[in-house]
Amino acid sequence: MDAIILQILNGLDKGSAYALIALGLTLIFGTLGVVNFAHGALFMIGAFCAVTLSRLFNLSHEVEVPGQTDFLGNPLKKDVPYLHDIFGEATGSAIIDWSVPLAILFAIPIMIAVGVIMERGLIKYFYKRPHADQILVTFGLAIVLQEIIKYYYGANPIPTPAPDAFKGSFDFGAMIGFAENTIIYPYWRLVYFCFAAVIIGAVFAFLQFTTFGMVVRAGMADRETVGLLGINIDKRFTIMFGLAAAVAGLAGVMYVPINPPNYHMGMDFLVLSFVVVVVGGMGSLPGAVAAGFLLGVLESFASMREVIDLIPGINQVIIYLVAIIILLTRPRGLMGRKGVMED
Amino acid sequence: MLGLDKKDTTLLLIVAVLTMCAPFLLNPFPEGSGMAQFNAGYPDLMQRFVIFGIFAIGFNILFGLTGYLSFGHAAFLGVGSYAAVWMFKLLSMNVLPAIVLAVIMSGLFAMLIGFISLRRSGIYFSILTLAFAQMMFALAYSVLTPITGGETGLQLALSDPRILGASATAEGNIPVPALFGLEMRSSTVWEVGAWKFTFNTGYYFCAVIMLVSFFLAIRIFRSPFGMMLRAIKSNQQRLRYTGLNPKPYTLAAFVISGMYAGLAGALMASMDPLAGAERMFWTASGEVVLMTILGGAGTLIGPVLGAGVIKYMENIVSKINSDILHGWFAFLPDGLEDFVVAIIYPFIGKGWHLTLGLMFMLVVIFLPGGLVEGGQRIARAFRRGKKNEAPKAASTEPAE
Repeated sequence: MDAIILQILNGLDKGSAYALIALGLTLIFGTLGVVNFAHGALFMIGAFCAVTLSRLFNLSHEVEVPGQTDFLGNPLKKDVPYLHDIFGEATGSAIIDWSVPLAILFAIPIMIAVGVIMERGLIKYFYKRPHADQILVTFGLAIVLQEIIKYYYGANPIPTPAPDAFKGSFDFGAMIGFAENTIIYPYWRLVYFCFAAVIIGAVFAFLQFTTFGMVVRAGMADRETVGLLGINIDKRFTIMFGLAAAVAGLAGVMYVPINPPNYHMGMDFLVLSFVVVVVGGMGSLPGAVAAGFLLGVLESFASMREVIDLIPGINQVIIYLVAIIILLTRPRGLMGRKGVMED
Repeated sequence: MLGLDKKDTTLLLIVAVLTMCAPFLLNPFPEGSGMAQFNAGYPDLMQRFVIFGIFAIGFNILFGLTGYLSFGHAAFLGVGSYAAVWMFKLLSMNVLPAIVLAVIMSGLFAMLIGFISLRRSGIYFSILTLAFAQMMFALAYSVLTPITGGETGLQLALSDPRILGASATAEGNIPVPALFGLEMRSSTVWEVGAWKFTFNTGYYFCAVIMLVSFFLAIRIFRSPFGMMLRAIKSNQQRLRYTGLNPKPYTLAAFVISGMYAGLAGALMASMDPLAGAERMFWTASGEVVLMTILGGAGTLIGPVLGAGVIKYMENIVSKINSDILHGWFAFLPDGLEDFVVAIIYPFIGKGWHLTLGLMFMLVVIFLPGGLVEGGQRIARAFRRGKKNEAPKAASTEPAE
């Protein structure tokens, strides 16, 4: 029992990342009808927003330490971040420590800007083109974005720690009445899951309970009629693209402490996220979220020692296997609508 | 000739002449000159040109004709490589049985995967093929290690049985792949003045096979079967209403293109007898998509062209470094030189992927028909110029 709970927990954080990326993909697909292969790159750019902010905070200058010398007899120097000068030592250190969560604020405007520029500058011209062309041009864009990041940040993963308060693990088992030390769970993963849940809830609430969201949903159902009613639906869809980019970016920001980001993390996630979207059903937002968590948890179950002993190699292929089975038995995915992407 | 009309015969002959003269054509710069690094006439790269040409030709039969975008074609390339290396290990170092087994094996895999994947179309088909390929990659990497060699890849060993050949040569080395005694890696070097031309047996072997595959592809394009595949691309619904079942035709196209991929894999293994799982990774599948689109999907020569361009960039552009750039722009004033170098630097060397991505985007945005369409447009512009002089010589553009 405790092993099962542990695996569910383990699957949740990866599942959250899948769900967030798949949610953004589905938002873009549902509103604009574009298959965005550059969505993984947006996830990666979000992660590098966190890296950039953390580097900015750590910018420092050298200060001589009075009364001390190094082994050559020169005055000892130490690096003092500029933040210490501005906010004082205690506040400055706290800000540096919390750079990853603070990067959320930093990333939101950047990601929305990147998304809107992408939509207005490139994707706008591809609405009338076949889906294959959209896939290909965004695939090219993903390569370009990823190479730009690689040029500036190098090819190696860049470790960026979580705030000290969330480092380490806690005993989840003891909290819910199991023996001690059976279910140990890192704090940050729990934070990530809660964060994802909040974001997903916010997106759904935004679509469900605001006038803007209502218009967008109407536009998803019948774009032409909404346009005939005198509503500038294109503008709203552009904003939705920016929002989807922000969702992917935030997923990336918060994922940084779990896995040090490198330039191809977007592509690694993209392939799986596409599988997630297709399993959930193209164009269905709840489907994407459900499939994201489902596949994340399944993946973590499949990597249990007992399961691997039973079916060797299952942990490597489980997601694809599930995708194949679902696509063949439920042709439109778990919650897909009729007539989407079937040309 | 050979059942081709005049235009196709000319195309085939041009390609044949180009591939046969490639050691000259790709080595236009004398050894030791500053431009020598742009020479692509060394065996390893020339082999890759033709092998990936075969791969792309095969992919184009599926994607160009039927419009089904497979994102998992590299899996068949991998299967072909593994099959060929196993043949080298068990039977003999002759490349023919290896190639035959590789083509059969990849055909079988393509039949199985195609049968399942082709139940869906559009992006669902792409995801299904991608899922199968990724599964095969993951299994080859982990569980199937006894068959595939896992992370180190499948390599030849002195202890392999090789029942029809020798386990080891007289000197105690592992024998090299050969065609009835003609070693694949042997080459003749011909020095003319400052130029150095290398004629490699392996290259010519691959080139002949590529010409045969190219010929077969032309025949498929021009056959009633090819017509059927085009009909599937343009409107499957209408085809069904006519009372025809499109499934056998798409499956046949899928299997044929899978066999082409297996052939390419076998040739790769014949040139360098090892096989690794990374050949099946989805980026490898993405690469062949890039090649086909870049050259021009649905055209005959496009995929070969695209394969050539990408492999050339991968091997030549990636070798340029900042010293070479400084050498080129040395004639500029110092500040300007650094500036120009700083601008170009991200696009070369390790950044060649950036150039590739930009080029690919530009092609998709402005030239949906790939480089071939670009060529046609230029040709048409010239023709139009002539037409103004002699308006009666209006020619109809042959439909490609």
